[in-house]
Amino acid sequence: MTKVLAAASAGGHWEQMMLLRPTLEQFQVHFATTLADLPKRAGITDATILPDCNQDQVFNSLRCLMAAAALVLRFRPDVVISTGAAPGFFCILAGRLIGARTLWIDSVANAEKLSMCGKLSRYFSSHCVTQWEHLAQDGRPAYIGNLL
Amino acid sequence: MILVTVGMQLAFDRLIRAMDELAPTLDMPVVAQTGKGTYQARNIRTLESIPPSEFDEMIRETRLIVAHAGIGTVLTAQKFGKPILLFPRRAALGEHRNDHQLATVGQLRGRPGVIVVEDEADLAAGVAQGLAIDVIAEQTVPRRDQLRQALHTFIVSGDLAG
Repeated sequence: MTKVLAAASAGGHWEQMMLLRPTLEQFQVHFATTLADLPKRAGITDATILPDCNQDQVFNSLRCLMAAAALVLRFRPDVVISTGAAPGFFCILAGRLIGARTLWIDSVANAEKLSMCGKLSRYFSSHCVTQWEHLAQDGRPAYIGNLL
Repeated sequence: MILVTVGMQLAFDRLIRAMDELAPTLDMPVVAQTGKGTYQARNIRTLESIPPSEFDEMIRETRLIVAHAGIGTVLTAQKFGKPILLFPRRAALGEHRNDHQLATVGQLRGRPGVIVVEDEADLAAGVAQGLAIDVIAEQTVPRRDQLRQALHTFIVSGDLAG
């Protein structure tokens, strides 16, 4: 069965991932987030908690990158999905290195421009999508719908 | 009860102050999650943060959510079928990096159970309108189904379109 790693930071990123749960659970899905209370609340018992980080925090980002790489090497996903933010992007990077196909779904909050990780995903992820039609650009990012 | 929430990341004292000033005219308690705000409320109970599972408990008992236009908050209100009044942050007032919350309310305006207020002067009327909502009509969100379908196709085939 196809193994899917679904990574989303706490807050709106996670809530968007939870809207995709019915689709994800048709496969062997493993969730990763940054706050242990969130999967618990959703009744998900085996989620991985990654250290949170953002682009201004070098040490935390390194720690998060290592944790994401360890998770990907352990779980060996066929597919990696992220709705943001940086920790999910690290999962996508690590996923690409082991040959997984990856999809960055830029958060619906980014209505004016793609997030920084979204911009990087145009180059580093197999596919990158925006949730706003006016931000789509020749399929990189593509527009495939909106969760709001 | 009315639950006010501004998310965990940034202060939004303009909304907390406006709800604090409105509270004495309302015949129910107001509880506010204030994040990193510094405004000292006089008429409402404030909490800096609320753990997600506790937040769920509070939402169940809430008649109306009054909130910044954060995606997490909007989706949580939808999940529990609660009416929500959205008061977007403004970049010009230093309340966020950009005006994406205006785009969010632009998309949600007119949805069942959603009230949009952009000015403190209209807050009292908006709250009254929100409290008058009884049942929120069932809604379908075709763009959401479209994204789910595309995700399914991607997981199976690696392509975005079927």
